[in-house]
Amino acid sequence: MGAANFVAIEARAILENVAVIRYAVAAVASQLPFTIPEIEEIKVAVSEAVTNAVVHAYPGEPGVVRVRVEVDDRELTVTVEDDGVGIEDVARARRHGWSSDPERLGMGFYFMEEFMDVVEVSSAPGQGTRVTLRRRPEQVAPSAAEPSATVN
Amino acid sequence: MIRLQGEFDEQAADRFRAHVDAVLEQGGIRDLVVVMRDVTFIDSSGLGALLGRYKRLQALGGRVRIVAPPRHVRAVLELSGVPKLIPILRSERQALDAG
Repeated sequence: MGAANFVAIEARAILENVAVIRYAVAAVASQLPFTIPEIEEIKVAVSEAVTNAVVHAYPGEPGVVRVRVEVDDRELTVTVEDDGVGIEDVARARRHGWSSDPERLGMGFYFMEEFMDVVEVSSAPGQGTRVTLRRRPEQVAPSAAEPSATVN
Repeated sequence: MIRLQGEFDEQAADRFRAHVDAVLEQGGIRDLVVVMRDVTFIDSSGLGALLGRYKRLQALGGRVRIVAPPRHVRAVLELSGVPKLIPILRSERQALDAG
């Protein structure tokens, strides 16, 4: 892994953009030695965070969702931020099986927590929501300093 | 039997709900088989849509079954606990044989 990298996306908070953001995050995450199943899990976590911003943050006209993806030499950090209605009770929203909508599973935060190492949520009514997701690859990147073949 | 293809996220879940519910409105169908072999992604929105149709069909005395989800899709299904309610079958044939 070389120098740290980041990509920032500002998108209209509509469902069409959830997949766009998911792909972008997966592409940046691939710069770390994540396995394919790990990348799939990261995609689910990001999908949950961005879908929440699209579905819950803006009850009227869609607003904006901002996503920043960062990698350094060992960790992926994804920040998903909106300027929407905010979450009144963050602890309740994070509880497994709780949803404000009966058609929904209420497992969004559960998946984020299962698939990421760290999930931080910062929100207040009328103040928008910021979700920060962090994950490190299970396997260690091969070191460039180690020779890949021996000479006899 | 419905065959899903691609990514089963909120956008697809909206279409799935609308389509299945329109068919159910016509009456006569109580048994839904969802073939997921070509589903490349699923999140809680897709799972919610599946569970919603399960609840609807269960109320009618019917059932829902899932066929052949790829491994990473199956992992998300298992984590959600959905297979306790909606059985996962290996093939369409198995669904048909089971009636």
